[in-house]
Amino acid sequence: MKAKHQRLTLVLLAVAAVIGAGLLALSALKDQAAFFYAPGDVRKNELPLGKAVRLGGMVEAGSISKLPDGVSIRFVVTDGIAKVPVAFRGIVPDLFREKSGVVAEGSFNPDGSFTATNLLAKHDEKYMPPQMAGKMHETKTLEQ
Amino acid sequence: MIAEAGLAALWFAAALAALQLALAAVGVRRAMFSGATKAGADDVALTNQLLSAVRPVAVVQGLLAGLALLLLIVTFVRSDMSVLLVATNSHSDKPLLYKIAGAWGNHEGSMLLWVTILGLAGGAVALLEHRLQRATLIATLGAQALIALGFYAFLLFSSNPFARLNPAPADGNGLNPLLQDPGLAFHPPTLYIGYVGISVAFSFAVGALVTRDVGPAFARAMRPWVLGAWIFLTLGITAGSYWAYYELGWGGWWFWDPVENASLMPWLAATALLHSVTVLATRDGLRAWTVMLAVVAFSMSMLGTFLVRSGILTSVHAFAVDPKRGAFILVLLALYIGGALLLFAARVGTVRQGTTFDPVSREGALVANNLLLTVILGIVLTGTLYPIVAAGMGVQLSVGPPFFDKTAGPIALLLVAIMGAGPLMRWRRDEANAVLGRVIVPVAATGVALAGFAALGGGISILPLLGLALATGVGAASIAPLWKRNLRRTPLFTWGMVIAHLGIAVSLAGMASDSAFTKQTLVAARIGEPQRVGPFTVTLDHIRPVIGPNWSALEGKLTVRRGDGTPFVLRPQSRFFASPPTVTSESAIATRIDGQLYTVLGQEDEQGRWQLRLWWKPFVTFIWLGGALIALGGLLSLLGRVRRERRTAMREDEA
Repeated sequence: MKAKHQRLTLVLLAVAAVIGAGLLALSALKDQAAFFYAPGDVRKNELPLGKAVRLGGMVEAGSISKLPDGVSIRFVVTDGIAKVPVAFRGIVPDLFREKSGVVAEGSFNPDGSFTATNLLAKHDEKYMPPQMAGKMHETKTLEQ
Repeated sequence: MIAEAGLAALWFAAALAALQLALAAVGVRRAMFSGATKAGADDVALTNQLLSAVRPVAVVQGLLAGLALLLLIVTFVRSDMSVLLVATNSHSDKPLLYKIAGAWGNHEGSMLLWVTILGLAGGAVALLEHRLQRATLIATLGAQALIALGFYAFLLFSSNPFARLNPAPADGNGLNPLLQDPGLAFHPPTLYIGYVGISVAFSFAVGALVTRDVGPAFARAMRPWVLGAWIFLTLGITAGSYWAYYELGWGGWWFWDPVENASLMPWLAATALLHSVTVLATRDGLRAWTVMLAVVAFSMSMLGTFLVRSGILTSVHAFAVDPKRGAFILVLLALYIGGALLLFAARVGTVRQGTTFDPVSREGALVANNLLLTVILGIVLTGTLYPIVAAGMGVQLSVGPPFFDKTAGPIALLLVAIMGAGPLMRWRRDEANAVLGRVIVPVAATGVALAGFAALGGGISILPLLGLALATGVGAASIAPLWKRNLRRTPLFTWGMVIAHLGIAVSLAGMASDSAFTKQTLVAARIGEPQRVGPFTVTLDHIRPVIGPNWSALEGKLTVRRGDGTPFVLRPQSRFFASPPTVTSESAIATRIDGQLYTVLGQEDEQGRWQLRLWWKPFVTFIWLGGALIALGGLLSLLGRVRRERRTAMREDEA
């Protein structure tokens, strides 16, 4: 193979690889665009059933109830617009409490409730970047 | 006084960096044009003086930055609460190790650590590098000074670590308890050494571009730095992963957290660079490509450093940052990355074509490795930055593990498969049939393992199954280059490659085994009631309060038996820190040859039961064992290369 051709081939391959990566990433991101939900975003008729999604909002005051098995809880996530009941089995993160932010990972049920496999609680205020105040902020905690 | 002395040292270091840049710029310019203009002897002498002045300046600049960091550590150790940074991040009750580590466990201190390592690395280049053309070396040191100047400006104008607090508070706020862990003392410096090493490699690339000297000599000068940086990045990522695994208490070892991605991206780029620089050094091929990768790797390490510090990303690593500082960071980032790309675009035309090769050859496999690494890098970059871009447009979304697993996972498996075959190919030209003959045993091993695990493991999902099978085959393929060789005469860098590739297979086996075979039990346990997980029986004997240096805790005593074996005790804790007030779970882990038993203590319920989460994770330790092997392979390679270079140099001197 001539030198010039080889260089051209390499350049084309590299460009193709980068474009391929971009397309692959973007097509996968299309699914992900509907990955994060606030309770207000949830419309009953188009629930993303059976898909792993995140639900973020505040834990409603007085909504946490413990089930008899000792490791399951139920609570309500609200964003001031709508409310979603959430069921979770596992050890709750240390920062999980009422009237505090939470991100639940899991999936929606046909009745509009949410089954969480993992809870991410809002991190200590001091370590939170100011522009991120609110539901975006999260920390890694216990997973089912 | 100590804080003021530190600030002064920092200003002097910055001034020297400016001087270093100016001397290098003028000197290199004169050296490059003197040939054309037939300069007089005086002129040449002046140029030489300019060039020789750069080296000592680089050394002293590094030492001054080191002094500033040392003085900052002193203020932390003495708990001088009149220094703002100490007051906000330290506490006089903290153990000494965390007082020292606290100096870089925050934004300003970590930036100072960065620039110190950069300065010291520049000094090391100035002292140790003798084989490169002098103008290229000086241009390299000039590029280093330019990078350092940005950091000095950032520290001095918007992140002064030595700022005073008046009046001084009685005591400090303390350090985030999650960060009070021996891992913190070593994790950031390790990663920073890696980032800085890459920036040195980039400086070499700039030097070679500026003086039009891209060739094997440049590749050989750059390679130890790439290898060194890569070793430290590997160690940093491995240690960070293990830290997250045991400290965050939920048994995962990688979260696709933006900050983890920020350290993974430079590693991916450095891995690609490491392989292409080998082609350039030994075969004089892939010239422009190698320089481009150096630019990309540097961009990724800057992104890694600054994204984490900018407060745009949200995780345990993000410290509160004011918007002005965030803007400063973005401008710096744009200047560095934009400047690097511009220089590349302007000068790539002067890089001559290197030696060519056949598609079926070692070089061909390395190109495939580079392309696939680039694709993975592109995916991770897109997934990491997309939420930030979307947030800028007012859309809130988060990109999670499902995205990365689905996109990067299969490509990574393909890459690993090629990694197994690559070292079995000849340089320049090979026959496809001959290669097939050489890989037949590993391919057969993969097939057998695939069938075996599919039959045995019932219900393993597809990615872990492929991972296990591929790990078997690639493990076999990675040691194949030693087949029929005299092991004592095999060069050290070949051993390095074999061990690093084996490490990838081992790590992959650990990841696949963890996701395929992990058993878990989650219960509210009564005292004395036995619980089962995998082959273990775990009994909660009692809960006792414990007191630590700056925390108190509830500690569970778990008696564990494996089958009929001798019982042993694990003590997971729930810890309470007073400053700042926080609760953390301290998991207790028992490591066995075939895996780890991982226990976490939760909360007590009204009936006096305690939540217990128990995991049996077969061979999970292979993940980090593999990481350690990869780093060890890198180290052997580095030693082997340095030794061979030295021998060649000695032979040339004798001749």
